[in-house]
Amino acid sequence: MDQHLLSAGDLTRDDALLLLDTAEEMRSLSDRPIKKLPTLRGRTVVNLFFEDSTRTRISFELAAKRLSADVINFAAKGSSLSKGESLKDTALTLQAMGADAVVVRHHASGAPHRLAHSAWTSGSVVNAGDGTHEHPTQALLDAFTMRRHLGALEGRHVAVVGDVLHSRVARSNALLLSTLGAQVTLVSPPTLLPVGVEAWPVEVSYDLDAVLPKVDAVMMLRVQAERMDAAFFPSAREYSRRYGLDLRRMNLLPDHALVLHPGPMNRGMEITADVADAARSVIVEQVSNGVATRMAVLYLLLSGAAPALAADDPEGPT
Amino acid sequence: MTGVVPPHGARVVLDDRDIARALTRISHEILERNRGAGDLLVLGIPRRGYPLARRLGARIAEVEGSEVPVGSLDVTPYRDDLRLRPARALEHTDIPTTGVDGRTVVLVDDVLFSGRTIRAALDALNDFGRPRVVRLAVLVDRGHRELPIRADFVGKNLPTSLGEDVRVHLREVDGNDEVLIEGQSAARAGEG
Repeated sequence: MDQHLLSAGDLTRDDALLLLDTAEEMRSLSDRPIKKLPTLRGRTVVNLFFEDSTRTRISFELAAKRLSADVINFAAKGSSLSKGESLKDTALTLQAMGADAVVVRHHASGAPHRLAHSAWTSGSVVNAGDGTHEHPTQALLDAFTMRRHLGALEGRHVAVVGDVLHSRVARSNALLLSTLGAQVTLVSPPTLLPVGVEAWPVEVSYDLDAVLPKVDAVMMLRVQAERMDAAFFPSAREYSRRYGLDLRRMNLLPDHALVLHPGPMNRGMEITADVADAARSVIVEQVSNGVATRMAVLYLLLSGAAPALAADDPEGPT
Repeated sequence: MTGVVPPHGARVVLDDRDIARALTRISHEILERNRGAGDLLVLGIPRRGYPLARRLGARIAEVEGSEVPVGSLDVTPYRDDLRLRPARALEHTDIPTTGVDGRTVVLVDDVLFSGRTIRAALDALNDFGRPRVVRLAVLVDRGHRELPIRADFVGKNLPTSLGEDVRVHLREVDGNDEVLIEGQSAARAGEG
């Protein structure tokens, strides 16, 4: 594995499987009386959040704490960031404090990449969502959740529905799922598809009803409020009727198929309340799997002298 | 036993029948020491301690006529050498629902060498509860301890030099049962 986790597309199939297998072991930690491992004792993880996020930050914080790392939360609001300090100066400060890993969320696409490839910090950089670019740990936890229910994802078919244009979740999922051998169909109004989507390893459809009967999982993307009035679609109601998942549509899915949503949900917009709370909805489970997945990322990046090697490590002589 | 001639200068020190006999003896010793299988919990350390634990559990169950809980305990996150090597993949941990509290836990590993794996296992066990007593069973004790740790049940004491490698092959992992020594025994001559 690379020293950083910037894009789901950087992961080889072996890397991805190692992460998912490790997450599986990390998940069992929550059934133990002591939900903690001593592995990252003395390591410092900084959560550097230039953009508001509750669940991702808490998830990373809990993951780092369960591995016994020291955690520092650095949020844009109420810090020097809101006084206009640059990414560079912030990074230099963190470096001077001895951060072993920086988990960064930024409104600008590419900010984690800039941080990782500068000399500003020597620690591992984990992308926790950058602009409309990528959110690799979300894709990993989605894949992890699907794999727990469906088994190996090779040959499975996943629909990603909604605002693909502004979604870092969609891009990371498309890249990771295709690496894992799954087929991805993006379902979205034409106005909400990114330029260059033809080059993605996916199929595209505008007809949700036609896609649903063929998939093993459907992932609903959040429609952000600020897009609703920006002429991407005529009205929220029309969007909801054509691309929202309601009970009738959910019943078009095969019996085993799952419903996912990265959260936070707009109930009544892209997903109705009865679907969000249905038995096949794994939305709450995604949250707890997020902690296990992020533990796996931090463990594999930070626990050794170098990140884990993906190829099955031949056991040394005893 | 006569040394079988070996690929790559390796010498077979235990064959499949030796291993079977050693495990049968150890399972009887465990029962004798514990006066039955009452509160036993057999925990193998992956990878090769786990299949050994399963075999011991099966033999104990055969003698006692009742099932013995067997689990696996990965010590990787507790190792003291994590920072000397690239991060390693975790092995599977599976503690039976009986839990470890108040139990007689028998830790099982293939080779006892420096003792560091067992130290890590004791730490790991601590996070699962408080056993009444912890014992250690190993297939091979090759010496060279670096910590004050000893085994309660030993399949074979194998004097080795530090230049030699002990390799345990088990059916479940490697396809066959045998214990090999490879490497220079010249080092031993030098020590002698």
